[in-house]
Amino acid sequence: MKTCDSQPCCTVIPDTGGRPDVPDEKFKTLRYLMYIAPMLVLWWLVYGQLENFSRVFTYGILHLQTGRRLSGAVEFFVFEAPKVLMLLLLVVFGVGIVRSFFTPEKTRAILAGKRESIGNVLAALLGIVTPFCSCSAVPLFIGFVSTGVPLGVTFSFLISAPMINEVAVVLLYGLFGWKVAAIYISTGLVIAMIAGWIIGKLRMEGYLEDWVLQIKSGAGGMAEEQLTWADRIQYGIDAIRDIVGKVWPYVLAGIAIGAGIHGYVPEGFMASIMGKGAWWSVPLAVLIGVPMYSNAAGIIPIVQALIEKGAALGTVLAFMMSVIGLSFPEAVILRKVLKPRLIAVFFGVVAFGIIIVGYLFNILM
Amino acid sequence: MDIKVLGPGCPKCQQTEKLVKEVVAETGAPATVEKVTDMMAIAGYGVFGTPAVMIDGEVKCVGKVPKKDDIKKWLAAAK
Repeated sequence: MKTCDSQPCCTVIPDTGGRPDVPDEKFKTLRYLMYIAPMLVLWWLVYGQLENFSRVFTYGILHLQTGRRLSGAVEFFVFEAPKVLMLLLLVVFGVGIVRSFFTPEKTRAILAGKRESIGNVLAALLGIVTPFCSCSAVPLFIGFVSTGVPLGVTFSFLISAPMINEVAVVLLYGLFGWKVAAIYISTGLVIAMIAGWIIGKLRMEGYLEDWVLQIKSGAGGMAEEQLTWADRIQYGIDAIRDIVGKVWPYVLAGIAIGAGIHGYVPEGFMASIMGKGAWWSVPLAVLIGVPMYSNAAGIIPIVQALIEKGAALGTVLAFMMSVIGLSFPEAVILRKVLKPRLIAVFFGVVAFGIIIVGYLFNILM
Repeated sequence: MDIKVLGPGCPKCQQTEKLVKEVVAETGAPATVEKVTDMMAIAGYGVFGTPAVMIDGEVKCVGKVPKKDDIKKWLAAAK
């Protein structure tokens, strides 16, 4: 093992070595831009033609007759599948670049020592842009709590980070339009803020596992990386490979099922089960949604088709939020740091918030 | 030198461990690679995300799978 003395000089070496590369970095960024600009133009041109293409493909090439169930389903799939995938590519890339500006460490530094109310608002907002995967929820949780981020503020982050993710928002925008996407984001934020605030007010610090509070976290274990624009663009491309690469089969499967429902399920079929009239449908949707662990990509296209057949928006929104925002595996992971009572309160408060949102939209819309 | 890969066992963590081991084998660096999966231990190192890579007690990378070239640089710097 090396002694610590030898390290400072060693870390200096790549630094000075990197300096002559600066013009090189600029060149690299330029080269990235030269690739990306025509891609964006191409994206724009193709995207604008999708609707025409789906019609020509369905009725011109496949010679399906208008008004048939099958042709409705085919047209739906041929239009929606490429549309949603293209939106995903663009948005995941953009969000990837935005996220390269945020790290969990920076977020922690912003949140540490903030007052509860402002902290809850900030934490929920930062939850959208900070890169987060549920498998690192535990180290992140400990890092936050042990360095002075209030418990309730930490929860605001933990609620908004998985619930408002770019895949869900893209699918909502693509299939439902910007209004529903905006409603989802804003109500998701409000739930994260208020639920975190309530958990903070309940003073549940005693329900953390004992070892959590004993950890003296070495805040800021790593020096901040200096990213160039070329790095950030690469980060966006990596995000595409990472997220779109993983999610596209679910998107296609979801849209295929949605297309089937679109073509074959009779109008108004869902009205009796998931319609506004059925008061019990909202809590039931949440009850079914929480233990379900499906990603947004698979569930949203199906849900969109259900709405078309008479399901109420609030009910459906509640279902989606509970599937995406609260998951059983997450509870299992968090059990390592939280005592059961705090997990129950966490799920209870969030589920309650989702139910309120569901009813609210069923009344308003 | 002493390399630790911190991660509970998600696919990314396993990929990181594999990459680090590959680079060590390729470069023949005199290093031991250890995988730390225990949450308490990981949290004790003060990292905010997994996978993370530590070389001789210094955190090199957090929350992402490092590139092979980066690992090579770290190994060369820590020699």
